[in-house]
Amino acid sequence: MTPAVRLVLSHVWVAVAAFAVGALMAVMQALARAGVELPFGTANLYYLSVTAHGVLLALVFTTFFIMALGYLVVETTLGRIVGSAWAWAGFWLASIGTVITTVAILSGTSTVLYTFYPPLLAHPAFYIGATLLVAGSWVWCGVMIASFVSWRRANRGARPPLAAHGMLTTVIIWILATTGLAVEVVVLILPWSVGLVDRIDPIVARTYFWWFGHPLTYFWLVPAYVLWYTMIPRVAGGKLFSDALTRVVFIQFILFSTPVGFHHQFTDPGIAGGWKLLHTFTTYAIMFPSLVTAFTVTASLEHAGRVRGGTGTFGWIGKLPWRDPFFSSVALSMVTFALGGFGGAINAAYAMNAMIHNTAWVQGHFHLTVGTAVTLSFMGFSYWMLPRVTGRALVWPRVAAVQPYLWFVGMQLFSIPSHIAGLMGMPRRVYTGEFHGVEAAQAWIPLVNISAAGGVILFVSAMCWVGVLAGTMFVMPRGATRPIEYAEPLVAPAGGASLWDRLGLWTAVAVVLIIIAYAQPLYHLHTMARFPSRGFSPF
Amino acid sequence: MQVDRYERFWMWAATGMLALFLVAIVVTAVSGGAHPPSHVETIDPETLDVATEFATPGIRTAPDGGLTVVMRAEFYAFKPDVVRLPVGRPVRFRITSPDVLHGFQIVGTNVNLTVAPGYVSEATTTFTTPGEYLVVCNEYCGLGHHNMYSTIVVEAAP
Repeated sequence: MTPAVRLVLSHVWVAVAAFAVGALMAVMQALARAGVELPFGTANLYYLSVTAHGVLLALVFTTFFIMALGYLVVETTLGRIVGSAWAWAGFWLASIGTVITTVAILSGTSTVLYTFYPPLLAHPAFYIGATLLVAGSWVWCGVMIASFVSWRRANRGARPPLAAHGMLTTVIIWILATTGLAVEVVVLILPWSVGLVDRIDPIVARTYFWWFGHPLTYFWLVPAYVLWYTMIPRVAGGKLFSDALTRVVFIQFILFSTPVGFHHQFTDPGIAGGWKLLHTFTTYAIMFPSLVTAFTVTASLEHAGRVRGGTGTFGWIGKLPWRDPFFSSVALSMVTFALGGFGGAINAAYAMNAMIHNTAWVQGHFHLTVGTAVTLSFMGFSYWMLPRVTGRALVWPRVAAVQPYLWFVGMQLFSIPSHIAGLMGMPRRVYTGEFHGVEAAQAWIPLVNISAAGGVILFVSAMCWVGVLAGTMFVMPRGATRPIEYAEPLVAPAGGASLWDRLGLWTAVAVVLIIIAYAQPLYHLHTMARFPSRGFSPF
Repeated sequence: MQVDRYERFWMWAATGMLALFLVAIVVTAVSGGAHPPSHVETIDPETLDVATEFATPGIRTAPDGGLTVVMRAEFYAFKPDVVRLPVGRPVRFRITSPDVLHGFQIVGTNVNLTVAPGYVSEATTTFTTPGEYLVVCNEYCGLGHHNMYSTIVVEAAP
C-alpha cells in the first residue's frame, strides 16, 4: 500500500465508522417517532441521538470522506501530496476532535443538536472537539493548496486537471464557510462555555452559524459533482460532455455558496427584510450551476448509452450499466437531487419559506440532498475506489449492486412523507409528533409511520455498505491495484489555463460578495442595543 | 468558449425559470405584502416580568379596535396557552422568550416565527376559518420540546 493510499483509506475508515454509529442512531429515531416501544426510548436519549446523528453524519462522515477524496484526487491527477506529515497531523487532530465531541455527546452533557444554537449551552468539550475537527480540516486545506501550487509551478500555464480544479473549489468553499464558524465558535461560544464571558447573543451567533451552514452544503455537494463529472462518464462508457463549462460551474459555486445564509433565517427577528430578499437572489443564483450540471452530466450519460448501442430518444437509458454500483449510485443520486433541488427552491423563497420552515419538510429535504445525492454518490464511489487502490475485489458484489437501490427506495419512503407532513405543519426534531392526540396532529401520524419503514430500509442498506467495505478489507486477498481513471472530455479543450482556472481571482470576488451580503447587517446587529443571554442546558 | 447549441438553450431556459421565480417573489412581496417576519426590536429577557407588556401576556385591543396578542414562549409552554380570537380580523402577534430559542408556528397558516431571547418577533395574520388551531414549537429547546404547544380558538362572528 502506498503512503498516499494509506492516508486516503485512514480517512475513509473514520468516515465509515462515524457513519455506522450515526446510522444506528437514525433507525432508533425513526422507530421512536413512529411510536415503537424501544427499551431505551426516552426523550433524553432521543435528543441525544439526534445530536450524535447530526454531528457524526453531517459533520464527521462528510468531512473525513471529502478529505480522503481530496487527497486521492491530488495524488492521482497532480502526482503529489505536498506535506504528507502535515496531512497526518491534520488527520489525528480531526480524529481526536471527533472522539472528544462524540464522548461529550454520549455523556449526555451536550444535547444541543448539531446546530448548537446558543443560548443552549453544551459541555465545553463539545465545542473544543468540534474546533479540533475543523482545525484538522484546515490542515487538509493547506496540504491541498500546497500540492496544487507545487503542481502549477512545475506546469506553468497548463490547464489544471478538472478533478483537481473541483477539489480545490471544495477547499476554497470550506475556507470561506468555516471563517464564519470560527467566529461563532472561537470568538463567541468558547469563551462563553468556559465562563470567561457570561452572555451571548443568539441572533448574532445564528448569523455566523448560517454564514457557515449553507456553503457547508456545497462543501458536501461539489465533491459529489467531481465524481459525477470526472469519473462517472467513463464508468458509464462515454466521455464528459463539456470540460470548459464544468469549470465555470465550479467557479459559480465559489462565488455564490456563501452570501446566501439569511435564507435559513427568514423567520428570525432582528434582521431586516431587505437583506433577506438580497440573500434570496443569491440563493437562486446558485441554483444555476446545478441546473447546468443536470444537463452536462445527463448529456454525458446519453453519449455513453449511445456508444453502448442505445438508440432512439430513450433507448440509451437501458444500455447504461445499471448493475454497476458506482453508476447506479450516481444515477439514483441525480434523480433524487432533482427532487431535492426543487424543494430547495421553495426553502429559499422569501415568503413561501414560512410554510415549511423548521417543519418535517426540512428533514425530508436534506435527506434527499446531503443524505442521498452526496452520501449515495460517496457510497458508490467507495465500491469503485477500494478495489482499485487495494487490489482486493469486492467481497459481496451482489450486495453492493443492490445496496444503492435499497438506499434510494428507503430514502423516498422516508423523505416524501416527511415533505408532506411538513406541509401539514408537523415540526422537525420532535421526539413524538402526537402532541397528546390533538386533532391536527392525527393526519401526519400515518406519514411518520411510512417514514419509519423507510428508515428501517435505509438502515439495512447502510449496514450492507459498511459490511461490504469491511468484508472487502478484512477477508479478500490482495491483488494487483488498478489506476484511478478520469473521464476524457468529448471535445478536448484548446489551449492552457483559462480565466476559469484562476481560483485566486475568483476567491477574491467571492470575498467581495460576502462583504456585500454580510457587512451591513452584521454591523447593524453588532451595534444595535442588544440584551445577550446567559446559557441554558435543559437536558 | 465552445458551448453546445442544446446546452446553450438549456442555460437560457434555466435562467428564464429562475428569473420567473424571482419575479414572482418580488411581485408578491411588493403588491401582496408577502414578506418573511423581520421585526427588529430588542428587549431584556431577564426583566420581562418587570414593567413590560410580556409580564401579563394576553390579548390587547387598541382604541381603534386593532387586536394584538402578546405572548411568551418559554420552557415548555406558550403563554397564554389558549387564545380566543374572532374570525376575519387582522391580529398581530408579539412574542419573545425569557430562556432559549423557540419556534412559534400556527399549523394551517403561514405564521412561522423564530422566537429568540433578547428580541421581539412579530407576525400579523387574519384567520378566515373558525376552528381550533394548533400552535407548535418548531425549534429544539430542550427535552420537553415535543410537549410545547398551545391552542388558538377562532370563533365565528356572533
